[in-house]
Amino acid sequence: MTDAAVLDRAEGAGEAADPILAVRGLHAYYGKSHVLQGVDLTVGRGEVVALLGRNGVGRSTTVKAIMGEVAPVGEVWFKGALISGRPSHEIARAGLGYVPENRDIFPMMTVRQNLLLGIKDPRRPGRWRVDEMLDMFPNLAARADTAAGVLSGGEKQMLTICRTLMGDPDLIMIDEPTEGLAPKIVQQVGELIAGIARAGVAILLVEQKLSIALKIAARVYVMGHGEIVYSGTPADFAGRDDVRREWLEV
Amino acid sequence: METFVFSVLNGVTYGLLLFMLSSGLTLIFSMMGVLNFAHASFYMLGAYFAFTIGAATGFWVALFLAPVLVGLIGAAVERWGLRKVHTNGHVAELLFTFGLAYLIEEIVKIVWGKLSIPYKIPPLLDGPAFTLWGTDYPAYRVFMLAVSITMLVALFLLLKKTRAGLIIQAALTHPAMVGHLGHNVPKIFMTVFGIGCGLAGLAGVIGGNYLVTDPSMAYAMGPIVFVVVVIGGMGSLAGAFVASLLIGLLQTFAVAVDATFFDLFGWAGLGAMTEVGRISISSLAPMLPFLLLVLILMIRPRGLMGDREF
Repeated sequence: MTDAAVLDRAEGAGEAADPILAVRGLHAYYGKSHVLQGVDLTVGRGEVVALLGRNGVGRSTTVKAIMGEVAPVGEVWFKGALISGRPSHEIARAGLGYVPENRDIFPMMTVRQNLLLGIKDPRRPGRWRVDEMLDMFPNLAARADTAAGVLSGGEKQMLTICRTLMGDPDLIMIDEPTEGLAPKIVQQVGELIAGIARAGVAILLVEQKLSIALKIAARVYVMGHGEIVYSGTPADFAGRDDVRREWLEV
Repeated sequence: METFVFSVLNGVTYGLLLFMLSSGLTLIFSMMGVLNFAHASFYMLGAYFAFTIGAATGFWVALFLAPVLVGLIGAAVERWGLRKVHTNGHVAELLFTFGLAYLIEEIVKIVWGKLSIPYKIPPLLDGPAFTLWGTDYPAYRVFMLAVSITMLVALFLLLKKTRAGLIIQAALTHPAMVGHLGHNVPKIFMTVFGIGCGLAGLAGVIGGNYLVTDPSMAYAMGPIVFVVVVIGGMGSLAGAFVASLLIGLLQTFAVAVDATFFDLFGWAGLGAMTEVGRISISSLAPMLPFLLLVLILMIRPRGLMGDREF
């Protein structure tokens, strides 16, 4: 599919008019189990998009397949280039950031070293600086030179997001950032994500907590059984109790 | 006192030579998740390459060229061999390195023959460095010590003080995440494998002429290096360092001890001329590392400083 064709299709169905990310007919498999069964979604430049759904419907697999961690079958376009099938470091270098759900910090390294490792090329600094990042988060700053392994769950989450930002992504995919965190910390993570959006970075947010997702997202996708079953604006979604009942409530 | 000082010096020299081999192996170990059976083969290649290159250029050029060449061969093995095999799992990798070890041994036999080659210590270092209590201490051992310490410091600075070192360390434990941050993990692994093999090659260059250079030298050294890595703990350079010195000193001291089982256990009624009483401690030296290996796996499976169990 050509770049123009992607844009043509994107203009229908309430999708991003100028997508930075366009996923077309994405399938993925774990062994014989067919996890993704034709996912279509787009994220516009600087747009915040939430990907909702129950556990096990394939939301995490979707971002993993986009990132190349799970072998993708189908098309993933990023900034007009086909990235599906390329190794994940090349996808990251194209400007796609990914924060996995397991808060995968480097525990033996200090907070500062974790942040430094997020920088792809020290000769070409991006829009974020280590010191500014630490200024924004006093909790992290206080432990800048401590091994990251001792951080609390919320601090680790902040660190993984900040570390990915150090690579100066144009789109950041964040998988379940608030899972298992205390309400106060959830609020802080929400503020960080809103701050990223204000800086002009597009966000694909995988979430279960509707409150955060609906507050900051411009568009919402709901997944069920390995495909997108609903897409719309938060305002439209608010009136769709049927979608909520069938695909989200436990 | 004399025996003690010389044993310490010899033990440390041998221990650091072991560390040159085990540091690379432990890095490769934490990267692949399985032991590289061919690691000591790269040690052997280092010695043979130094012999051949040295014949043309002299020892000092060979000291640099041979490890670099071995490192490049190691990198090539990773790039076009192991990386493909890796996708088929650990057993395939293990078998691959097993086969590679035999392959290298057979190639060495074809190229250089089945007997040991006259790879000699350079004339400049073929003499005493100093004399203690009337006994000469060979200059070459001092040289081995110096090369080992230089390598130790260089490796430490690379891993702890440079950005590349940080990325390598992170990639060994969290390869997927490091890839997501935009670092080329396959290239990092190839580099680590190359550096590890290069260090083994360096150990061969400085150890081959001191010990012996023949096609069985890999087989003689390999098991000891495995023991060091397992005792030190998988992926732990500090552990490999401590275990190398431990094994080096243990073996050297055991050889130096002029005692028998009778001397140790005579008080318990063991006769001096019985079968058991006549066993000398020095004859047990080759067995000690393996005894330690068995004990460590039973008592502390993750090794002295490792963070993963075997």
